[in-house]
Amino acid sequence: MTRTRNPDSESESESKPSSSSSSSTGMKLIVPLQGVVQGRGGILLGSLIPCALFYFLQLYLKKRRRSNHNNHSSNPPSPSSSFPELPRTPSRSNLSSRGSITRARLSRLASTISDDDSAYYVGLNRASRDPYHKFSNPDGIIQLGLSDNTLSLDLIGDWMQKWGSGGGDDDLSINGIATYQAFDGVDELKLAMADFMRQVMGRSVHFDTSNMVLTAGATPAIEILSFCLADPGNAFLVPTPYYPGFDRDVRWRPGVDLIPVHCRSADNFNLSMTALEQAYAQARKRGVKVRGILVSNPSNPVGNMLTQDMLYNLIDFAEDKNIHLIVDEVFAGSRYGSEKFVSVAEILDSDSEYIDNRRIHIIYGLSKDLALAGFRVGVIYSFDRNVLAAARKLCRFSSISAPTQRLVTSMLSDKRFIQDYFETNRNRMRQVHDEFVDALSKLGIKCAKSSGGMFCWADMSGLIKPYSEKGELELWEKFMSIAKINITPGSACHCIEPGWFRICFTTMSLEEIPLVIERIRRVVEVCKSSS
Amino acid sequence: MRVIVPLQGVVQGKGGLFWGSVIPCALFYFFQFYFKNRRHHPPPPPPPPSSPPQHHSPDPEPPASASDKLHPHHVQVLPRSLSRILLSPRSPAGPAYVSGRATSVARISADSPYYAGLRKAAEDPYHEVRNPHGVIQLGLAHNTLSLDLVHDWIHQNGTNALLGRGVAPCQPLDGFMDLKLAVAGFMSQVMEKSILLSPSQMILTAGATSAIDILSFCLADHGNAFLVPTPHSPSFDGVIKWRSDIEIVAVPCRSTDNFNLSITALDRAFNQAKKRGQRVRGIILTNPSNPVGKLLDRETLLDIVDFAREKNIHIVSNETFAGSACGSEEFVSMVEIMEAEELDRDRVHIVYSLSNELSVPEFKVGVLYSYNENVLVAARRVARFSPVSAPTQQLLISILSDTIFVQKFIEINRLRLRRMYNTFVAELKQLGIECTSSSGGFYCWADMSKLLRSYSEKGELELWDRLLNVAKINVTPGSSCHCIEPGWFRFCFTTLSEKDVSVVMERIRRISAAAESHSSYGN
Repeated sequence: MTRTRNPDSESESESKPSSSSSSSTGMKLIVPLQGVVQGRGGILLGSLIPCALFYFLQLYLKKRRRSNHNNHSSNPPSPSSSFPELPRTPSRSNLSSRGSITRARLSRLASTISDDDSAYYVGLNRASRDPYHKFSNPDGIIQLGLSDNTLSLDLIGDWMQKWGSGGGDDDLSINGIATYQAFDGVDELKLAMADFMRQVMGRSVHFDTSNMVLTAGATPAIEILSFCLADPGNAFLVPTPYYPGFDRDVRWRPGVDLIPVHCRSADNFNLSMTALEQAYAQARKRGVKVRGILVSNPSNPVGNMLTQDMLYNLIDFAEDKNIHLIVDEVFAGSRYGSEKFVSVAEILDSDSEYIDNRRIHIIYGLSKDLALAGFRVGVIYSFDRNVLAAARKLCRFSSISAPTQRLVTSMLSDKRFIQDYFETNRNRMRQVHDEFVDALSKLGIKCAKSSGGMFCWADMSGLIKPYSEKGELELWEKFMSIAKINITPGSACHCIEPGWFRICFTTMSLEEIPLVIERIRRVVEVCKSSS
Repeated sequence: MRVIVPLQGVVQGKGGLFWGSVIPCALFYFFQFYFKNRRHHPPPPPPPPSSPPQHHSPDPEPPASASDKLHPHHVQVLPRSLSRILLSPRSPAGPAYVSGRATSVARISADSPYYAGLRKAAEDPYHEVRNPHGVIQLGLAHNTLSLDLVHDWIHQNGTNALLGRGVAPCQPLDGFMDLKLAVAGFMSQVMEKSILLSPSQMILTAGATSAIDILSFCLADHGNAFLVPTPHSPSFDGVIKWRSDIEIVAVPCRSTDNFNLSITALDRAFNQAKKRGQRVRGIILTNPSNPVGKLLDRETLLDIVDFAREKNIHIVSNETFAGSACGSEEFVSMVEIMEAEELDRDRVHIVYSLSNELSVPEFKVGVLYSYNENVLVAARRVARFSPVSAPTQQLLISILSDTIFVQKFIEINRLRLRRMYNTFVAELKQLGIECTSSSGGFYCWADMSKLLRSYSEKGELELWDRLLNVAKINVTPGSSCHCIEPGWFRFCFTTLSEKDVSVVMERIRRISAAAESHSSYGN
């Protein structure tokens, strides 16, 4: 203690040596509180005493603040206990005049959640309050901020119609529903899911149902995994731009931090290992414990894929740092481009001897690839026994209800339907994507190259006035108010370069593209004329 | 002057007192900061050294010492061989870090008799014909007495009910408005009162347990506590402790009071918790109570509301068995109290279970009903992690909108519940086993202390073990419900048919006969 402090205090005194030496002798110069301690051990006690005082002061203040809270909360009710006839009146007066004072307190986390709003969610809310409809509300806001796919919804509808009128009844029979069921999904559904995932992610891969935990959507799957892989205050590395929902899924309840690994337009937003190393080293320097890397493949806003080499690099990186690798593959089946998709499961399967698969976790769901967003079926696929055991227990808070499990089981088991669906869906996605990107480029808006997912990642930096986040949000506001289109600004995706926007193209039909483009043109013209 | 001015010489006497205090304080502060940072750093090294065997030990160091140049070369050669070594010789040491909370969740309850019994019964389930020697499941919280009614309804109405108006892509995460409206109507039908729940205060979650989980998350911080009258549902431990990490302060109710809750007990538990330094944030009531089946009367509810106001804590009223209240007593919902009087409602939150009411447990639909705007905002956001899937919501909308069916269902279900309860209790009585009188819920709370070999928790678990492994019936021991008196057991009678009852009784008779002969040998 003393040894380290001495140099510090000496350096203090060194800073003003000349002026002080003139007024007093050498000894007095550096000894604080000398008078009190009579010159002996002055420097030590002189530093210790104020420090201790300061410490106690802090402690005292802290206590005061806490007891103040308690006083606030317990004082008002206390009169009620002394007047037995009156107990209910004080609260009534409280309610009307100043209810907030006696209000029972919420947890800290709940309070932080309540006022957490990014442009992404603001936009979604505004669009859902005034939704566009061809006839009933032609001036409403067109929702392009979601990640829904309605292009092939008719196929799903048809299948259900057929299923409903046909032999579906037996599948829905709720006999046996009342037995004790595991929270993490019935075995039939897991089997069907394993089959389905093989079809989506690569036919050579074998998915083992015992490594699978089914949750009510991919959202809880991410939350449960974050809960299992990191303690509060730990962090995951996430390549940016990333899916805006990650902030909620990872940060809110699990309390895990997200450290951005910035990808840039110059690399077409591909992840670079140097950036990853850098982010990791910086986090370490700040004393943050990094527990994993969270990547989406195909990536969420941009729509590019991780190459096989990159996946190997990530696995090596994770092993080298002894951290986890979480791969979110919810868009694995929504591909339309030329790039090859490689699931991390495929790598694990082919190289299983060399890779410690316990640190690799896959997230999947049916919301995107089968357009079953409302069904909320998600999958955690992991090899770590402990993670699986914990996830199975936590699943009780987000389990899939039985009728849905049955419905989805029979849908996934209908191989021909699935095959048809994927083919048709891919064609329609490609068509709409190409058309839309083409139309955008005619307006002078370029999109990043993409091969999967449901989004165009469009560069509108030419339209923003101050080249900054502020300018980006101003443009977003113009899209909302002038064009009546809700799209997601890049800042909500934590993109480091301003001016990029995420546009979901799978909620519009081919016929609607001209309308959307027309509305975008309005904004482009306003921007151009003002500049 | 010199006496009180520290560092006076340095600062030339001007503002000496001020600078003399600030400078050391600031130094001290940085000092602390420095140490804190230092302390953060050491832990990272351990993981790497722990993983590779000795000859690699110099390698894991470089990343920490920032020799990045050297690094990539090693990465390409070593990492895969590293992991291979890890995998084979000592696998438990190798894997990447799994969070402490996950480890504790994974470990918890693996051996608790409640879950062990459920597992065992699930592995070897009794069937009249196919598996007559299997384990009879009396440990669940399910009601299948009227499942046939729901089944018939679904059969008749076809699957169109499930599909509803097709698949709508964009849905609120806290439940369809249509379903909320239907639930409001349904609950007033269930409670047979003209209480109308407001849909705007309602959040639908994937099961009542998620609703309680969300509430405990919203109302309390890590390490805070809730008062919970015991005996309580054995699953509470998991629901409240696992993820939210909230402690349960037991408020013991005793057989001498007929397991009724008393305010004095609440007060005592609250004060004791406070003395221990725990922060109590709320009370969780279960009404009708879960193992015992007691109802809270109006007076007690009002007292509890007063108590909560006095202590400034929340009330979570878990009314998941509201529809099964079928005794002579009147069931009073917390909603009724809130509607009747202008109490401060901010602190009152209610949980219902649609799946329990409709006896379709695997539908997993719970209702969170709160009067606190802030709680609703937070809960609605957290509901994204426990959503109810659309087909289930559609199906429920169709079922609940059929009010004639619902009325019939409620009546028949109540009748069957009462009849089964009476049969079961009477049969147990013939075996010399007394139950507390219950007015709701799916359970008998039976006093089997006479059959214990030793009057202790150990004796109770020993009897439970005999019931499970010898008699082959799975019941829930009182200790899993945190009952402070040994010898009480929870029997869930609502999954049985009349025929099963006699099998159960026969099996219990064997145990009680053995116990009697055992005790007579002892004499």
